[in-house]
Amino acid sequence: MPLIPVILWTDALVLVLLALGLTFALYASRHEHLRDPWRRVVRSRVGVATLVVLMAYALVGLLDTVHLRLKQDARPGVEEARYSPEVLSLLDLALSGLRERQEKTYSAPFATHLFVKEAIDQPDGTVVRDYPRLKYGGAHLENPARQRGWDIAWRSLLGAVKGIIASGLFILGVCWLLARSWGVSLIEARDRILAGKTQVPWRTALMTLAALLVLSSVAAELALQYHVLGTDKVGEDVFYQTLKSVRTGLLIGTLTTLVMLPAALLLGIAAGYFRGWVDDVIQYLYTTLNSIPGVLLIAAVILMLQVYMSNHADSFTSLVERADLRLLFLCLILGVTSWTGLCRLLRGEALKLREIDYVQAAQSLGVGQFSVIARHILPNVMHIVLITLVLDFSGLVLAEAVLSYVNIGVDPTMNSWGNMINSARLELARDPVVWWSLAAAFLFMFTLVLAANLFADVVRDAFDPRLRQASGA
Amino acid sequence: MPDPLIQVQSLTTQLGDPSHPLRVVDGLDLHIQAGETFALLGESGCGKSMTALSLMRLLPPSGRIAAGVVRLRDTDLLRLTEAEMRKIRGGRMGMIFQEPQTSLNPVLTVGDQIAEAVRIHEGRSRAQVAGRVVELLRAVGIPDPEQRAKEFPHQLSGGMKQRVMIAMALAGDPELLIADEPTTALDVTIQAQVLRLLKDLQRQTGMAVLLITHDLGVVAETADRLAVMYAGHIVETAPVADFFANPAHPYSRKLLESLPAAEKRSGRLAVIPGRVPRLDAVFHGCRFAERCASVMDVCRTRTPAWLEIANGHGARCFLWDSEVAGEVAKAAETPHGAVGTASLSSATTDAARSDERGAPLLSAQGLQVHFPIHHGVLRRVVGHVRAVDGVSIELREGRTLALVGESGCGKTTAGKGILQLIQPTGGSVRYRDQELIGLSNRRMRPFRKDLQIVFQDPFASMNPRMLVGDVIGEGLQALGIAKRRADRMRRVAELLDLVGMDPEAARRYPHEFSGGQRQRICIARALAVEPRIIVCDEPTSALDVSVQAQILNLLKDLQARLGLAYLFITHDLSVVAYLAHEVAVMYLGRVVERGQVDEILDDPRHPYTSALLSAVPVVEQDKRRNVIRLDGDMPSPSHPPSGCYFHPRCPQSFERCPHSYPEEARLSETRVVSCHLTAETR
Amino acid sequence: MSAYILRRILYAIPILIGVNLITFLLFFVVNSPEDMARMHLGQKRVTTEAIQAWKAEHGYDRPLLYNDAASGLASLTDTIFFQKSVKLFAFQFGSSDDGRDIGYDISQRMWPSLAIAVPVLMVGLAFNISYALFIVFFRATYIDIGSVVLLVAMLSISSLFYIIGGQFLLSKAFHLVPISGYDQGLNAWKFLILPVIVGVIGGIGSGTRWYRSLFLEEIAKDYVRTARAKGLSERFVLFRHVLRNALIPILTGVVVVLPLLFMGSLITESFFGIPGLGSYTIDAISNQDFAIVRSMVFLGAVLYILGLILTDISYTVVDPRVRLQ
Repeated sequence: MPLIPVILWTDALVLVLLALGLTFALYASRHEHLRDPWRRVVRSRVGVATLVVLMAYALVGLLDTVHLRLKQDARPGVEEARYSPEVLSLLDLALSGLRERQEKTYSAPFATHLFVKEAIDQPDGTVVRDYPRLKYGGAHLENPARQRGWDIAWRSLLGAVKGIIASGLFILGVCWLLARSWGVSLIEARDRILAGKTQVPWRTALMTLAALLVLSSVAAELALQYHVLGTDKVGEDVFYQTLKSVRTGLLIGTLTTLVMLPAALLLGIAAGYFRGWVDDVIQYLYTTLNSIPGVLLIAAVILMLQVYMSNHADSFTSLVERADLRLLFLCLILGVTSWTGLCRLLRGEALKLREIDYVQAAQSLGVGQFSVIARHILPNVMHIVLITLVLDFSGLVLAEAVLSYVNIGVDPTMNSWGNMINSARLELARDPVVWWSLAAAFLFMFTLVLAANLFADVVRDAFDPRLRQASGA
Repeated sequence: MPDPLIQVQSLTTQLGDPSHPLRVVDGLDLHIQAGETFALLGESGCGKSMTALSLMRLLPPSGRIAAGVVRLRDTDLLRLTEAEMRKIRGGRMGMIFQEPQTSLNPVLTVGDQIAEAVRIHEGRSRAQVAGRVVELLRAVGIPDPEQRAKEFPHQLSGGMKQRVMIAMALAGDPELLIADEPTTALDVTIQAQVLRLLKDLQRQTGMAVLLITHDLGVVAETADRLAVMYAGHIVETAPVADFFANPAHPYSRKLLESLPAAEKRSGRLAVIPGRVPRLDAVFHGCRFAERCASVMDVCRTRTPAWLEIANGHGARCFLWDSEVAGEVAKAAETPHGAVGTASLSSATTDAARSDERGAPLLSAQGLQVHFPIHHGVLRRVVGHVRAVDGVSIELREGRTLALVGESGCGKTTAGKGILQLIQPTGGSVRYRDQELIGLSNRRMRPFRKDLQIVFQDPFASMNPRMLVGDVIGEGLQALGIAKRRADRMRRVAELLDLVGMDPEAARRYPHEFSGGQRQRICIARALAVEPRIIVCDEPTSALDVSVQAQILNLLKDLQARLGLAYLFITHDLSVVAYLAHEVAVMYLGRVVERGQVDEILDDPRHPYTSALLSAVPVVEQDKRRNVIRLDGDMPSPSHPPSGCYFHPRCPQSFERCPHSYPEEARLSETRVVSCHLTAETR
Repeated sequence: MSAYILRRILYAIPILIGVNLITFLLFFVVNSPEDMARMHLGQKRVTTEAIQAWKAEHGYDRPLLYNDAASGLASLTDTIFFQKSVKLFAFQFGSSDDGRDIGYDISQRMWPSLAIAVPVLMVGLAFNISYALFIVFFRATYIDIGSVVLLVAMLSISSLFYIIGGQFLLSKAFHLVPISGYDQGLNAWKFLILPVIVGVIGGIGSGTRWYRSLFLEEIAKDYVRTARAKGLSERFVLFRHVLRNALIPILTGVVVVLPLLFMGSLITESFFGIPGLGSYTIDAISNQDFAIVRSMVFLGAVLYILGLILTDISYTVVDPRVRLQ
């Protein structure tokens, strides 16, 4: 085998999350009351456009979640297969060009020369202080000053054309599938989509998709020869870094909710349904946890984790594993600080539901307590869980940046937008400013969070029965 | 005829998406004379409230007036600018709403809120405004107005709040007062007060009143003329006396026939099949055709025109069209004649009567449900809300006991206490010689099968996430009656059939059904476990009259077939008269009077029962009683008055009443009253 | 009323004990004082003597919960738990790792924190309420739609970028105010302007959007229809009726954070070099000074609970419907 898969802790949890998501999707597709709100989501233009963007991010994140170790070239005399100690992901392999083309230090986007002057040995033996040529960025150009502009324009055009062809093919495929499911001709399907008269706004979805495809195709074409977003202090490609950061952001946004969900559900419903001393104990628990300022609690736990890790450095086989465990703990502790809000909401809802007629009817039919919770309470609070899940996501992505800035976020060796900002801000004092790391992190984070926020609004409008009544009546 | 005060012509109001609008008001014509009370009558969703809001131009954001003319004397209201319209609102036209609880701003004192209206429309100086506010409060009969003006809405009772709303509407000396279901949220005794107040004010000020209501009794007692609305337009207009004597439109007739009353006891109530048509549809022909008993071919193809039948009496129906006059005579007979088959139920009622004094199935003695009030640093119990404070009743097989009382008297709590859904704090509930109070959940379970409940709100009483089949089958599963799913579903199909629904309904979700259908499903759920007793907690008060009739018929049939005992909790005395065998009247957690239904309704002995009965608006003029006015509101059950709980409001109280609670006096074998007067006269 | 407040204060005691236990567990049980000493002294090859010396210097050389060596009451008091955790209840914070009195530092540093936090809160509140009212007045027009898009975009930007952007524009590009630093007394104003502006702008997105939804929720209520039926103008309805009701959740939402203003803002203070409690905490975290972090956790909890009590009281003041029992 040329490779062996590696499953990190967070990878395993992502798999669990995917499995849960698929189960839920399957379940929802069979139940009208769950299918209906989702139908509303995909029938909104904002809904589908943001969904496409979020899917693109999710694809990058998933590619970066499949980890493996490559087989090393067999050395003569050694029979046993040896695997590289380096843990890579599918994304790393796909971007191996970007990953391997490392420069010496900073260089601006599309630069052909380094950002700092160095002593260069001239062929005639003299030494000049000048900006040296980059090893990879624009290395194919003979006279960068003259050729660079044209080259960039040409390559962008090439990328755009490729992108347009790719998206054209893709759209054709979707049209064909839709035409089949509607039972109409391909042309009829195209006309319907173009007229924007379909129930699901396919036009918006496909336009967003095409725009994404063209953009990424242009970026890919340019990235073959340039550092599109420059390089950082150690010469690593910033575009690569920011793509790698996608997984970190997504994980924090989703795993945190996943790990806190069981506790919040169990305790919130128990407190509201059983009341009495159960309620008192649970309320005490969450008021106490809530009263510790979140950042300080996270700081305390992460500091303790650091102490533990530095004292037990031997028990981690690789840096990646260590960083991964720290990420997991960060999710856990973020979960501990954020479950109280959901718990309180669920408690309130359970308090209301336990008095509602259908619960009383079930009690008068002699249905057991736990059946009542499972059959009547739980399904009727799930919309709150879902709304909280999507609403919290963007806040958690933003929190990661702040925490990493305070050094209590993810491991410094891990790619994340917070770490990118953190290392870049020290260079803000330079003149001229090294701005590209910040800009890259800003661009990718803003797009993700904006899409998530808009999507969350659509989901909330579709699922909140109160809002639905207000708009429907 | 003098010029009308307000004239509405082909008013059309739409809601929602303009490409696919809901035509909530569709070509409505009406006119109101100065000084008269004009009632707009209709069931829920017929567009009567939207009509009122259109006149005031206060439609919700998604609504708009698409066509029509609204003329107030010489002013065309729909052509006014918003600023000009503002002078009309609260000035020449005032409006009061259904929910006094939410219609007042909770953070402003009532005085401030009235003063606002006074300032805009009368332009008085600051000092004069305060005086005028007190004057208005006094005019609507609020005692101690100087003090009340400084209070916040939550400190007033529902009836008081509605009086404040009226005072606010009066501030601009309106020529027209629009009252949108002004008493629907109030108890009958309070309703009587408010209706009386409206009448008095109208006499003093000479204003016209547009009364919007669904209650035929209210119309009969207060209005001069009325219009019946159905599916967005008016189907009949008539002077009130004419209308109740000779309703012209088949819909109007059915409405009147579906009203429950004592003399209809032996038969079934008339029902209107089907449901109200969707208002986003385009109508061809008569809108009522699908549900009409006298439908003709022409009804489905042509839209009926407005026809004048007598002076001031008109209807939108082909029955009165001279072209189809041949059929009129024939068709007009049928609706009057249809009283339904009475033989089955009357026979069984008689059968039930014969063993009416048999051993009770369930008897509650001195049932108490007290909720503790905590107070102070250590949350000590400082008192109790005596929601139910010693209720004794007996339920017999095949008989219906009605538990009657106003909101807050503890009747629902008593029902749930009997079923052990709320733990009673005292007394005893014996079912077939077994004491139920104090049984653990597990030991109570065998009795759950026999004791069931049907709730008031058909929308909250079914889990929206479950299929109807699972809702009905839940008890079968929980009590282990039908453990296999196939058995269960077979039984569910039988039950759906029993309550008059298509067995296919089992595979659908509750939200797909109308209120009446849902209530049927709830009854099927209760019947699933083959109970002996069903507690019906206001099962029809959320429903329209015609739908209520269906449910009442169903309950009556089921009782006859299955010999069920009902504890029927209600505030509606006409339903009691129609359905109940015995009646217990509750006031502030206690039963003040109980006995056979005819004894109580024809010859009430307790002053509260008399007052309650007199306050109910009735359609027939000859049955009207003089309203006995009750002052004030029901006291809080946490601090009941000393002695007889009713004495502070009782018009006949005397020196003994504040000192001791009257003993139960047994007047006949079936009749018990708790009143010092009865004890005195005996 | 007073009984209610007393009860709330009594209820705070078990919560603070809980907080105290959690911090004790985190700081002394998860990792022993040896672990901490070893980390501070630089990981490997540390002599046992050095560790003992470090522990003795910082008062960590006692047993955790029970001192066998001491007698009487001292066997309970002469322990880490009593010295380091229980004493927090008396606001005796002890000294930091570099030997400074934490209590004194806190009392000095809370003023710069307040100097930023209070203006940010006040200006932000005024701006957000006005803007939200403006949007609601023009609801369902392009002003409304455009503003909502702007607000969502603003709240999708990390606070770090607001700070970096603000510093770059105002200080670096236009040289209007100093980038960072602080001065005593009234001279501090020029150092405060930038952080306050940044703080206010950073809060517009979430603040205005929330207030807008509060206003819209109130506008849909029945009493607004009543007010319109009286003939009141839209402006009057908005300012007198809607605003008054919506101010209840707004004000109580403000009251709950009032005590926490003392804690300052972590990010802003450390970016702008303001010597407040926020940067104090950040420094402590990066220096791994657990004594300070522990003190701040406890202080934060106390202030949070104080905020909760104040919120309950403020409800009785602003909402006539609430009467506490």
